[in-house]
Order: sequence, then C-alpha cells, then structure tokens
Amino acid sequence: MPADFNWAIGGEAGDGIDSTGKIFAQALSRAGRHVFTSKDFASRIRGGYTAYKVRTAIDPVQSVVDRLDVLIALTQRTIDENLDELHEGSVIIYDGDRSTMADVEIPEGMVGLDIPLKALAEEAGGAIMRNVVALGAACAVADFPIENLDSALQKRFGGKGEAIVENNKKAARAGLEYVHDEYDHEFDYDLETTDEDYVLINGDQAIGMGAIAAGCRFYAGYPITPATDVMEYLTGRIERYGGHVVQAEDELAAINLALGAARAGARSMTATSGPGIDLMTETFGLVATSETPLVIVDVMRSGPSTGMPTKQEQGDLNMMLYGGHGEIPRFVVAPTSIDECFWKTVEAFNFAEKYQVPVYVAADLAMAVTEQTFSPETFDMDEVEIDRGKVVDDDSIDEWLDEEGRFQPHALTDDGVSPRAFPGTEQGAHMSTGLEHDELGRRTEDRSMRVEQVDKRDRKVETAKQTEDFSPREFGDADSDTLILSWGSNEGALVEALDFLEEDGIDVRFLSVPYMFPRPDLTEEIEAADEVIVVECNATGQFANVVEHDTLTRVKRINKYDGVRFKADELADEIKATLDAEEVSA
Amino acid sequence: MSSNVRFTDFKSDKQPTWCPGCGDFGTMNGIMKALANSGTDPDNTFMVAGIGCSGKIGTYMHSYAIHGVHGRSLPVAAGVKLANPDLTVVAAGGDGDGYSIGAGHFIHAVRRNVDMAYTVMDNRIYGLTKGQASPTSREDFETSTTPDGPQQPPVNPLALSLAAGGTFIAQSFATDHKRHAEIVQEAIEHDGFGFVNVFSPCVTFNDVDTYDYFRDNLVDLADTDHDPTDYDAAKEKILDSSKEYEGIIYKDESSVSYEEKFGVDEDMSDIPSGAPDDAMDLVREFY
Repeated sequence: MPADFNWAIGGEAGDGIDSTGKIFAQALSRAGRHVFTSKDFASRIRGGYTAYKVRTAIDPVQSVVDRLDVLIALTQRTIDENLDELHEGSVIIYDGDRSTMADVEIPEGMVGLDIPLKALAEEAGGAIMRNVVALGAACAVADFPIENLDSALQKRFGGKGEAIVENNKKAARAGLEYVHDEYDHEFDYDLETTDEDYVLINGDQAIGMGAIAAGCRFYAGYPITPATDVMEYLTGRIERYGGHVVQAEDELAAINLALGAARAGARSMTATSGPGIDLMTETFGLVATSETPLVIVDVMRSGPSTGMPTKQEQGDLNMMLYGGHGEIPRFVVAPTSIDECFWKTVEAFNFAEKYQVPVYVAADLAMAVTEQTFSPETFDMDEVEIDRGKVVDDDSIDEWLDEEGRFQPHALTDDGVSPRAFPGTEQGAHMSTGLEHDELGRRTEDRSMRVEQVDKRDRKVETAKQTEDFSPREFGDADSDTLILSWGSNEGALVEALDFLEEDGIDVRFLSVPYMFPRPDLTEEIEAADEVIVVECNATGQFANVVEHDTLTRVKRINKYDGVRFKADELADEIKATLDAEEVSA
Repeated sequence: MSSNVRFTDFKSDKQPTWCPGCGDFGTMNGIMKALANSGTDPDNTFMVAGIGCSGKIGTYMHSYAIHGVHGRSLPVAAGVKLANPDLTVVAAGGDGDGYSIGAGHFIHAVRRNVDMAYTVMDNRIYGLTKGQASPTSREDFETSTTPDGPQQPPVNPLALSLAAGGTFIAQSFATDHKRHAEIVQEAIEHDGFGFVNVFSPCVTFNDVDTYDYFRDNLVDLADTDHDPTDYDAAKEKILDSSKEYEGIIYKDESSVSYEEKFGVDEDMSDIPSGAPDDAMDLVREFY
C-alpha cells in the first residue's frame, strides 16, 4: 500500500467540483493528514472539463504525482482526461443513471462503482447533494472515518443552517452505506488520522495574509485569474486592521491608487497577472523614479496575450526583470512554496520601504490556486518584523533640510537611500516626480545631477546586496556533481523528485532560488558541479538565460510550457533522461 | 494647521515656464488662494498633477505633491486621500490629461466620490506638444494633426460628470480671479469629488478659445437665478451648447464621500512594528 493517496473529482464547470474537492481536502486536513491539492480548470463559468485533485499522506506532501487512486467522475471526459494517471485497481465512482455516464467505459483492470448518486441525494433531501453522496462513497473506499467529513460539511454549510448540514451528513452516509452494502470488494486503502492540527491554505491567501501581517493597509486591484483570490482574501479582513481594498476600474488605476497610498505613507500593494503587469509598466517606472515603496504581485499564468488564463507558466520573469522603458532599479522576489508566499510578501514590504523601490512578488498559478496543509506555527506572527527604513518625523527631519530649510527627499546618500517624510510631517512638503529631479525632487536636466541621481538609485541595489541575505534554499546532496537550479513553485515537485532519484541511486544537489533580483551569485556552486540543469515552466528558459549570463557558462534545461505544473515522478524521469543523454553524448 | 497661512505659502521658488499670458497662472493662483482660505497648509496638502503644461503646476506650488504619468492623476489622488483622510487633496491636469488619456479614470473618480478636488485647466488644445487637437477642441478647429478640424464633437466634461453621478460640477475662468478661487474653494470643501473645469486659455496655439472669447460669452450663474441643487436645472445648463457658463452648476448637498461610506478614517501610515496582536486569528481561519 502506498504511503500517499490520490483522489480527484472531475466534471463540468458548474458541477460543484471545486467546493466538493475543497470539502474533502478540509476533511483530510482536519483529520490530521497532510494535503496537497491541484486544480484543472477552464476559463468559463459553466461547461468544459474541470477537476479538483487531492494528494494526502501522514507526512508532508508538496507536489502532485502522476497517479490517481480514486476518481469521482461526473462525465466520461473526466475518465478520458485522467487515463494516464489511473492504474490497475484504481476506483472510479460514477452515477450510471446520469445521461452523460450511461455509456461509461471503465478501463480494463479498474474498479467501477456505479452508485445512484442523484437518487440517494434526493432521498437525503435534494439532488444538489449528489457530490456529497460521492464523498461518502469515497470515504468507504478509502476507509476514512466519515466523522471527519462531518466537520468539513459543518464548516462549508454551517452558515446555511443546521438542517442543511444534517441533510449533507445524511447524504454522505447514504453513499458510504451504499458501497458497504452493494460491493464486497476489498479496497486497498486505509486513510489513518492523527491528532495534528493543520491549516489548509493556498498561495494567494498566503500572500494576502502576509500583506496584513506586514502592515499593508491599502490594496487596489482589478480582478484577473489567478490573482483575484488575493483581493478576495483581503476584502473583509484588511478593514479589521484599519485598511481598505479598492476594486479599481483597470490595472492602470490599480497601480496608481496603490502608488498614491504609498506616497501618503501606507504600506500598499496591488496584485495581478501578466496582462495587468503590461498595463502597469509605465507607472512602474514612476514608482521607481519617485522612489516610492510599493509591492506588486504578479501571479503568472500562461501567456502571451490572453494565452491560457487558467494554466500554469513562469513566463513573466523577463518582464519583471527588464520591463519598462529606461533603466529601472527594482527588486524581484519569487516565493518557492505556499508558506513562502507568506514570508516573501512580508520581506517584500520590508525591501520596498528600506530601499524605497518597487518590489515584484513573482508567484505563479500553480502555487496560487493550490492548497497545502501546514502546521499553524509555520505562520508564526511573532516572527514578523517590520522595518520601515529611513522615515523622518517632525523632529528628525531637521538634519535633512537644506540651508534654505527645504526637505530633500532625494538626498544623495552613501547607501543610496534618502529620507522619507510622510505627508503631514512638518517642513516635509516636497515634490515627487517621474521627471529626473534634484535632491529636492524638482525637475532637472542638469547633467551631473542626472548622473548622480541615477547612480544613487542604483546604489540602493548594491547596498541591499551587501546588507540582505539573498541565499538560495538548499536541498539534496551538497556534494553531488549534479546541480539542479529552479525557482517558483517547482520547488515542491523537485524536493519530492529527489526522493525518487535517490531510490534509483542518483544523488543531486538542488538549489531553489527565491530572489530573482537582486539575486545570489551562483558562480561557485556552478563551477563545483559537472552538470547543471535549470528547471522552469517556460519555453525559452528565462531563468536559465540569467544564470548563464551571470556565471558565463552553459546549462542544461528542463522546460515545461504545456500549461500543467511539474509532477514529482515525471520530473525525476526528466532529470534521469537529461543525465543519461549527457552520458551518451560523452 | 496654522490659521495664518497665506496663499503665497503654497508657492514654490521655481519660476513657471508657462508662456507669458497663459491661463494656467491664474488657475494656479486661484487654487493656492482656495487652499489657504480653506484652512489647510502646505504640510497637510497633497497636490497630484498630470502631464502637459498643466501638469507643471505641482512644481510651481509648495506642498506635498506628485507629478505622475499622463492621465492617471485621479487614481493617485484617491489613493493618497484614502491612505490619509486628514490631508487636503487636489488633483490638477489639463483637458488632454483628463478627458482623453485619462477619460476612463475621470468617470470612475466621479462615481467613487472620494473627498477631493479636481481642477482641469481646459485650453481646448495640446499646448506642450505644440498645438494638436484636444478632446475639447471644436469640431472644425484646424491644427497640425487635424488640418480640417477633428470632425468629432468635443467632449462635454460637465455632462460626463453628471452622467457618472457627479456630486459637484462647476466651471470657472482663470482670469476671473475672485470667482475662480471661490469656486475651487467650494470644490475643496465639498464632501465628495469636487470637479471644476477651468477655462485656461492657451495664448500660443489657440486663437479661437481666447480670453476675449470667454469674456464675451461667459455667463456667470451667480448673476442668474440658477439653483445648483436643482438637478434638472443643472442638466439643462450642462446640455446647453449655445452658452459657456461660469459658477457652480450642480451640487448634491446630500453627497456622502467614499471614505464616509466605507468608514475609511485612519492614517494608514501608522502601523505597529510587527504583525497585529491578534494576527494568529488569521491563521486559525484556515483550520
């Protein structure tokens, strides 16, 4: 029996796939099991294929794998879409009475459980609960105590009244009992429970929670998949801390609203995806030139143009590193896991204010819409530190006034960071502008001042390189000749791929890089390795190009751009193939 | 805030580079007087300027200010105000900035009704790029890029504002100093989005919409029996293309600002040095 269990429900958008999957994930989490979820979804409200997958184990799970043990299929297409992942003995739960499943074909070697989901749901109080009947059936198959489902149902339906909760519990039991009564098959699963308490959270939520923890009080955004969850999370929560969310008329307004709030002294943020970043890019230059601290989250999705809006890709790195006319000093922080979405957002706010720069948080769809379990201490709020940088007040402003008593918001300092006065500070009134300016913030085209201001802004990056720790996260065998580099959400799949490789006697060193700019100098690590492979979800190897440029070397690449995230077992195979190819050519 | 603030306190020591005779001088002086008369001071005032001749206004004034990208002054100003509602916030731009590249924001800023003033220096021409048609240029106004005129009706900003639910709609004339300052002051003091379209003639590139033209054609609503709280009367004036009006055309006295509706009343710059005390509750929500 494998240590992990892989479950999915699939059907058409509008079938309640997402909420059903979420209930099951919640039930597992509340039973003290680790959970990792993933979604296949389409950019439409109804129709099309959509699925919610859950991987669960007693030990932490941080990737999807190419295997499905139990599938609740509401459509034939659900089975067809998952043929590669289904295996001998996989259980498929379906309702043969449903018109779309009348001619269902259960693949050879798999177990089909034909359950009258709709009829049983109607008996329990309403056809709408048919998915919950299927969940009960899944509990029977997986030998998972159904009481755990009750608590998730309570959380989901509690707001709708006790009668609804009770009906759902009844529906779940009808599914469970149907399997017990009608099938004497011995299922090979036993989902144990533990006493651990876990929280189940996705990357967008972790970014939103990190923002509040970090003192973000203003958010402006325009809805866009897959970043909307950040705004939805903050709405209704940030107000408790004196903050506010504005749904802007477009991304141009969103970043300008956020910029305005930041000029007024608020920790301020906007989140979007690639198309929104395109629109924000002009103002991004203003943010940098006016030295305004601002956090901009790019939850990447497949591009260019509208691309595949609900699919994974890490295609915006070049844009975040280089986007915009002129030369723009910026920071790009890239969380490598869902919990890091929280911590990197906190760090992004500190970078923004300490260095008075725009900071991109480069997240991606695979982590944004994926839920994962963590112990609550993972998000220990006592560990959150807020550093506002060089803010002056009514008293300390004196040392930053020129001989005529004028405040110098762009004073030429050794570390490149100038004093910052929030509006309302006495004697602090000053101009900020996207024009090149002097120390007072007033327009200038003076040649030497131009050079001094450019150098000053660039100096902030140098100061940060000397002050901050931009180290990569280290995994695997530090002495291995094979070095894997990656960024973003690939970390989880790679960490699990290391286990698969180890089983095959292959040890590799894996560095997961969370800082894209300023970024760590990896020259030493690369020179120490015989083989360097850069893994990322794009076609042209944007991070690989950066690594080659930085270290004056050539690297191998594993790229995926079919819209689907890496899976751990698939990745292990790809790494083996890359290493084998190298041996053959040698 | 000091009670003995003079309007010259809002003046910077930078000399304007506007053409001699430009309407923007009068527009700016009136804004400074309005600010001083409304009781604020430079350290508690935030000016947001757009791009164009008009956008230089922030440089020639003394206050907290930002000179942003073209057409986006309104969202910036709203962000400033929401983050610190104690500040007096004024956005200023031109007809190109506000009604062309920034037209989308204009409508939504009106709808949002954040408590701020917006003064548009309307000269019916693009001055800084040396004389192209603007969205308020006349249909037959010949320019370098529209040799036969734009052949499109000019934008009626007052009508746009009214259609978007504007709560304060006014028009002033840059050289009618006293009236202009009074009107802008009322816009600042209005509880919501105070919009003033200011006729601010371009003496270099617009030989049609001149000082003389406005002097001859302006009707000051203060000299009529116009009631600015009468919506229908305001609509009639706004849609009357045979005249140019000066004064407060419409004012919704029951206007409730965005901040008041949403209870946004704190200075957001004031945050603790760590996560909020009860922040672990945010984590526990995910059990």
